[in-house]
Amino acid sequence: MGKTLSEKILSARSGKDARAGDIVISPVDLVFVQDTTGPLTVRQFRAGARQNLAAPGKTALFIDHAAPSPHRQLSNDHIFLREFAAQTGCLLYDAGSGVCHQLVGEKLAGPGDVIVGADSHTVTAGALGAFATGMGSSDIAVAMSLGRTWLRVPESFKINVSGAFQKYVEAKDLVLHLIGALGADGATYKALEFSGETIPRMTMSQRLTVANMAIEAGAKVGIFPSDSVTREFLKKQRRGERWFPLQPDPDALYERTLDIDVSLLEPLVARPHTVDNVAPARELKDVKIQQVFIGTCTNGRLEDLAEAARILEKKKVHPGLRLLVAPASRQVLHDAMDGGYIRPILDAGGILLPPGCAACLGLHQGVLGDGEACLSTANRNFKGRMGNPESFIYLGSPATAAATALTGHITDPREVGK
Amino acid sequence: MKLSGRAFKFGDGISTDHIIPGRYAGLRSNLDELAKHVMEDASPDFASKVQPGDFIVGGANFGLGSSREHAPLVIKMAGVSAVLARSFARIFYRNAINQGLPVLICDTDRISEGDDLEIDLPGGIIENLTTHDKIAFSPIPGVMLDILNEGGLIPYINKYGDFRL
Repeated sequence: MGKTLSEKILSARSGKDARAGDIVISPVDLVFVQDTTGPLTVRQFRAGARQNLAAPGKTALFIDHAAPSPHRQLSNDHIFLREFAAQTGCLLYDAGSGVCHQLVGEKLAGPGDVIVGADSHTVTAGALGAFATGMGSSDIAVAMSLGRTWLRVPESFKINVSGAFQKYVEAKDLVLHLIGALGADGATYKALEFSGETIPRMTMSQRLTVANMAIEAGAKVGIFPSDSVTREFLKKQRRGERWFPLQPDPDALYERTLDIDVSLLEPLVARPHTVDNVAPARELKDVKIQQVFIGTCTNGRLEDLAEAARILEKKKVHPGLRLLVAPASRQVLHDAMDGGYIRPILDAGGILLPPGCAACLGLHQGVLGDGEACLSTANRNFKGRMGNPESFIYLGSPATAAATALTGHITDPREVGK
Repeated sequence: MKLSGRAFKFGDGISTDHIIPGRYAGLRSNLDELAKHVMEDASPDFASKVQPGDFIVGGANFGLGSSREHAPLVIKMAGVSAVLARSFARIFYRNAINQGLPVLICDTDRISEGDDLEIDLPGGIIENLTTHDKIAFSPIPGVMLDILNEGGLIPYINKYGDFRL
């Protein structure tokens, strides 16, 4: 019997014939933390018997979740992480570098890697054909110390994607549709493996958006094959030597297969307070929006900013609405400036935030007021997520976000883009 | 080992943001202060009512969302002796075991707010003393039971030096 992508990677890395349900010990090719999970991880690491990192060059700290820091406690946490990096020689990406998952994709991850991070959206790196999953501080501290971790090999769901995206329908709409269909716990402990005729035509940016949200259906990983798109992406990032092809075996065993024809999709929105509460954007015209946020590890990439800029060009955001835009990384910001995508956003009245997590998790740069509603391109709309349990978060694509910024209410981008 | 206390009942889909809201990230290096906000966005007066030994009883997909290990940590710091749910999100489940907090999968529809419970961990049985009901819970997988029995992952690794599968 053939193997899924997860079984192939975990077999190769553990040296065992790894099959769904098996427990394996695997070396880790990258282990990382960010500034809200890092301090506890470092303390757990210090509580361990070994005080040296197994591999400083494969250990990374990211200061992105509250960066630059909004207050002294977090500033002191940042100092604590910088000191740990200086002591151990691990990689440090400081404030302004960008969101950890975007930087992992740009600079560190490759096909066949086993990646563990103290952040649930570590699954993002599955876009490059890595087995990447989020864990808590104790597991990450041990992975930093031993250079390996234990994993249960997940059963896989095959997500068979066909058709071509219509104009103004994006990767975000595909993954919102999938989460709506599976439910917020529909893939708990499972791998979501993406395949089908549409995959070779999906850009790395689109793949990162889809893989990023696998966790919102409870999945352990969201994984794509490594193909020519992966090869070209790595080459462009000057990491071409990291590429090798990786496909599942044709006779791999899947627990379940879901077919999605993207040509039938329309712009979608996840309503408060769960990500699986999905409805067409066109049915939500009555929802007034006070803040639009375009950014995050889900949708803060060059293609996302370009799409927003095209919709906003030569127009103005709705009076009284705040449009916040945070590029996912410094590279994205530079490329967006070079591509001319920042000017239309600023001319429309948008507020440019530094590369990082920005308003996503309610620590700074756009905390919502009581009763306010935000249309965000992020991945989570839990109650209180953006800093206020008395506020409401709707999730949509960059196109839906830009269209909504122009009208002040939730808007199907096909309406303003005509 | 028997655990006993009262049940605090919650619904389906209790997220890590309900358990410990992200807006308190500034307190993550001050755990005593952080723990005062446990379950705040699900039940604002939980922290003032919970007594050592009590149980959190949830529905489906308990602990979904963030990887923050502070979620099971503040629950444990509040004195909660176990979390019971119909199902758990993957990362929360692993984090709870790594913190030495028992997480038990069972039919929580048979438990109501305020019920007195007694749990026989090795025996796999929850006794609802209020309703005289006996509820079985799913066994904790082997490697995780070993970690739980050592009080968490760090003590486990400090004792054995490596994973023992």
